[in-house]
Parts: sequence; C-alpha cells; structure tokens
Amino acid sequence: MSYQDPTRLDSGITTGTAQSVAAPNSLLNINGVTLQYKTPEHLVTATYRVTFDIHTGDRFVLLGPSGCGKSTLLKSIAGFMPPVEGDIELKGRKVKRPGPDRAMVFQEFDQLLPWKTVRENVAFPLKVNGVSKDEADQRAMQMIEKVNLTKFLDVYPHMLSGGMKQRVAIARAMAMRPDVLLMDEPYAALDALTRRKMQDELLSLWEDLRFTLVFVTHSIEEAVLIGTRILVLSPHPGQVRAEINTHQFDSRNADSPEFAATCARIRGMLFGDAETAH
Amino acid sequence: MAQNTATADNFDTVIRAEYERTDIGDAKLEDVQRKLPLSETLWNSSAFRKTLILLALAIIWQIYGVWLDNPMIFPTLTDTLGALWANIVNGTIPTRLIATLKVLVVGYVIGVILATIFTTIAVSSRIGTDLLSTLTAMFNPLPAIALLPLALLWFGLGTPSLVFVIVNSVLWAVALNMHTGFLTVSDTMRMAGQTFGLRGMRYVVQLLIPAAFPAILAGLKIGWAFAWRTLIAAELVFGVSSGQGGLGWFIFENRNLLDTPAVFAGLLTVMSVGLFVEGVIFRFIENRTVRKWGMQRG
Ligand SMILES: Nc1ncnc2c1ncn2[C@@H]1O[C@H](COP(=O)(O)OP(=O)(O)OP(=O)(O)O)[C@@H](O)[C@H]1O
Ligand SMILES: [Mg+2]
Repeated sequence: MSYQDPTRLDSGITTGTAQSVAAPNSLLNINGVTLQYKTPEHLVTATYRVTFDIHTGDRFVLLGPSGCGKSTLLKSIAGFMPPVEGDIELKGRKVKRPGPDRAMVFQEFDQLLPWKTVRENVAFPLKVNGVSKDEADQRAMQMIEKVNLTKFLDVYPHMLSGGMKQRVAIARAMAMRPDVLLMDEPYAALDALTRRKMQDELLSLWEDLRFTLVFVTHSIEEAVLIGTRILVLSPHPGQVRAEINTHQFDSRNADSPEFAATCARIRGMLFGDAETAH
Repeated sequence: MAQNTATADNFDTVIRAEYERTDIGDAKLEDVQRKLPLSETLWNSSAFRKTLILLALAIIWQIYGVWLDNPMIFPTLTDTLGALWANIVNGTIPTRLIATLKVLVVGYVIGVILATIFTTIAVSSRIGTDLLSTLTAMFNPLPAIALLPLALLWFGLGTPSLVFVIVNSVLWAVALNMHTGFLTVSDTMRMAGQTFGLRGMRYVVQLLIPAAFPAILAGLKIGWAFAWRTLIAAELVFGVSSGQGGLGWFIFENRNLLDTPAVFAGLLTVMSVGLFVEGVIFRFIENRTVRKWGMQRG
C-alpha cells in the first residue's frame, strides 16, 4: 500500500492511452474466488469460484440478477472482504485491504463527506495520502472541471442534486489516479434522464483519461452501453456464466438492431428465455 | 367543463395545438436566486423569535408582581433587576458565578475527556462495547446528585466532591450519545474513508467523529444541562466551606436573609447562564457545523 510513492501516484490511469481495448496487459486477476457471509445462523455463499481477468483500459461490467453477489465481488476487489477460497491480484500483488489504488464509487449518495465542500471532498483523499495541499487542490480543480461542477466548488454536498453528488464522487475517485475505478450501480438511484446523461459523461471521461473501470449493474442496456466486456453471472450463488465483448457499442448506436440483439442474447442467458420481457 | 365530465356521451377529445417556447433562456438570473426581504429574514431567525417570547414573559411577570404587591413572596421584575444590578455592581454575583463556572468547567472537561476515552475503547473492541453499555445502563439512570453524600464522605466538603458529582453527570450522557453516534455512521461512509487509506486514530478523528458530530453535539448539550443543574443543586446543599460559595449558595444565603429579590436575581442568573450557553454558545457551534453541513435541520 505504498501510495506515497510518487512514481506510482502519477502512473495508473494515464498509461495505456494508445492501447487498444484488447491489449494483453492483465491488470486485475480474480482467481477462483469464493465469497461467503457468516450470519449468526447461516453461512451464505455469495459467489462460487469466480475467475476472470481485467485488462488495463477495460470497461469491465459485472452483470447479473439481484443477489448474485456483484456487490460482494466488488467489495472483495476493494479489499473489504477476503475470499474464503482463491485470491485477487492487482498488478500481481495480492489484495489484502482497502487502499487508494482502488477507488470506489458507491450507489448511495451519502458517500460524500457532508462536512466538506465539493473541492475539499475531492482533495481530501489526496491529502490523506500525503499529496501536498497545493497539488491536491490543483488536481481536485482539474477533476471537478472535467465533471462540469466548477460552479459548485465551495458548496456543501447537501446542496447538490443526486446526479451532481455522483459526479463529485467520480471526480474524487479519479483525482486519486487509481489503478482501477470500481463503481457499484452508481446510477441506480438516479432518474432515467439523468442516468443517460451520466452514462454519456462517464464514457467521454473514459475517452479522455482511459482509466480501467469495473462497473456493477443489473441493467442489461447499461451494461452493453458502458462495457467493453461483460461478465455475466448466474443467479445466487454467483458463478461465471459468460464473458461477452461489447466494445463496439456506445451511445451513438444504442438504437441499432445489433445493440438490441446483444441485449436480447444476454437476457436469454440471464433468464433462460430470449422472449422474456425486460 | 363540468358538463363534459358529467356524462361520457358528450365528451369529445379536443386536439389542441402544440407549442414550444424558445424564450425561456431570457429569464433574469436574480429570479433564480434572490435575497429574501428583511422582514422574512428576521422572522426566519429563531433568535429573533425567541427574543419576542422572552419579552412577552417579562411583561407578564411585571404585571403580576405589581398586582400581587408582596415583594417577600413574589418581587416584581424591576425589584429583581434592581437586586441583580446591585449584586452585580458590588461584585457578589460575578465572584459567585466565576466560582461556580470554574468548578463546572473542570468537571465538564474531565467528563468529556473520560467519555471520549470510554467511547474509543468501546468502538475498538466487543468487550469494550459491553463495558460501556453496562456502565451507562447502571449510572445513566442515577441522578448524579445522589452521589453527593458519598462524594462528601470520600473527598470531604469542597471542590473535589463537586467535581466528582459533575463528572458523573456528564460522563455517561456524553459517552452514550457519542457511542450511538459512532454506531450510526453509515457503512458507505466508513468504506469510503477506508478506500482513501484512513486507518487507526486518523480514521476516528477525520471520519468517525465528524460523521457522528450531530449525536456528539447532542451529547455535549445534554451533558452541559445535567452538569449545570447538578452543580447548582449541590451548591444549595453546601458550598460555603471553600470560603466563597457559588451561585447555588448565593440563592440559599439570601433565602435565609429573606431577601427574596436577591433570590430571584440568583435564579435569573442561573437561567441566563443556561440560556446563554444553550442559545448562544451551542447555537454558534451548531451553525458553524451540523447546520452548515446539512446534517441537522431547523
Ligand atoms: N451483510 C450480509 N450478510 C449476509 N448475507 C449477505 C450480506 N450482504 C449480502 N448478502 C447475501 O449475499 C448475496 C449476494 O449479495 P450482493 O449484495 O452481493 O448481491 P448483488 O448482486 O449486489 O445484488 P443487487 O443487484 O441486488 O445489488 C445475497 O444472497 C445476499 O443475501
Ligand atoms: Mg448490489
């Protein structure tokens, strides 16, 4: 967890700009991971022997029905839950606990610290990790500009709309220049219009910065739109059902028949019946 | 329209013209965000509203006092203010007040520090949690003043006994609130803090404490209220021993002298200090913190 190392701070997302999506540089390896919850009465298996690789620059989507263990898997990648079997490696090093190299954006709006302004929220993790005040503020400014919130720099989170809060959370995560950005249904609590806008913004942010993204959703359309590659998980307990390439789709061809066909194909995998209505 | 809805037969769908406005960008910016008029700003200030209530109560007091015309039993407001003024000018009330506040601050600070230590232990281990919840369950229902006879036995007549009683009145209320506050910090916020790399004391100081601040502040307020009441009560019982008693003793003394206006002046001082701390000091802290952060309404 040597985030203080300045060379590591400045690497991460900016590398891989010129690489194609399928670049064979594996960044995150999930090897046969089984995750379990222990409640006082039960032992709940959330995922069972899940294996997949994420490459630098991937927009990797974890898709599956509710309760299949997507959130659990993401928490485990973030370092909050050690696997009972298998292991998770980031850049060849085993993930043991949470750290700033894996920034996380949650679904809930209360992930921002209410006692800090937008600017302070974005700069805070940097300061925690020993970045000088000036540089932290400057980087925070840059990221806030990228998510179009410059007007709200000195506003407290409670005065922002839900979509704005999620943008601040994304700016905060990206300002850390993490190796990988983890997002757990970040737009699920937003209305459809805002969600669509945020999806486009995320994609153009990715065009700009080419970071590695792991994105959890249970919306098939969102998965196909956002993802370059989709991991389809089976219902509880989650097991890998398929991996599908969707790098050819973005908001420009979201109305195309191919897009619809891919969605239908995935729907068929999830529900075992291609005709099932969404 | 009423006829149209009354019977379905003569209801026709009227196709109305569509329209699209292109001039909405011209709205003046002041209309989007504008300063409220002074009267509304004033009425929105709770300090202003409370001042009005105080003023009304003062008028009622004066009228009743004049009507009763018996200063031994119920002096008028002006008599009381006269006595208050006289006792302030001759230095009695200020010295008594300072004596009381000194003891109070010492007890309060010790109580809050102990509460913080207890709570930090409680959140860091399961046995600590059990210890804290058992102790608060035992001592919280016990009015601290009930410990005074014991305190007198252990520490004798004097300040240490008073401090002991105050610490007891503050500690459990503050610890209970602080602990509840820590427990209610959401998982999301905890996880967010941990992904930044916050750990150990930094995690407590930079994340848990501010996140639990509304509850902590509530605990500090309750602790203050307990301490203030307990101390005045304790001083009524004794307090002359240290040569110069506090406000409680001032009230007791003047009752013995049948100087009722001075008794009222003492009570007024006790109330004023209470109001000042709750209405000004704590209000100030709230405005600068939880209210500004949108963590508390009102
Ligand atoms: N704290 C917990 N304690 C016990 N079991 C849990 C806990 N959290 C989740 N589970 C169980 O683990 C399984 C996977 O949960 P998880 O939250 O990862 O699902 P998910 O795929 O994210 O679902 P959703 O799409 O609804 O968010 C579920 O069966 C759930 O009941
Ligand atoms: Mg989930």
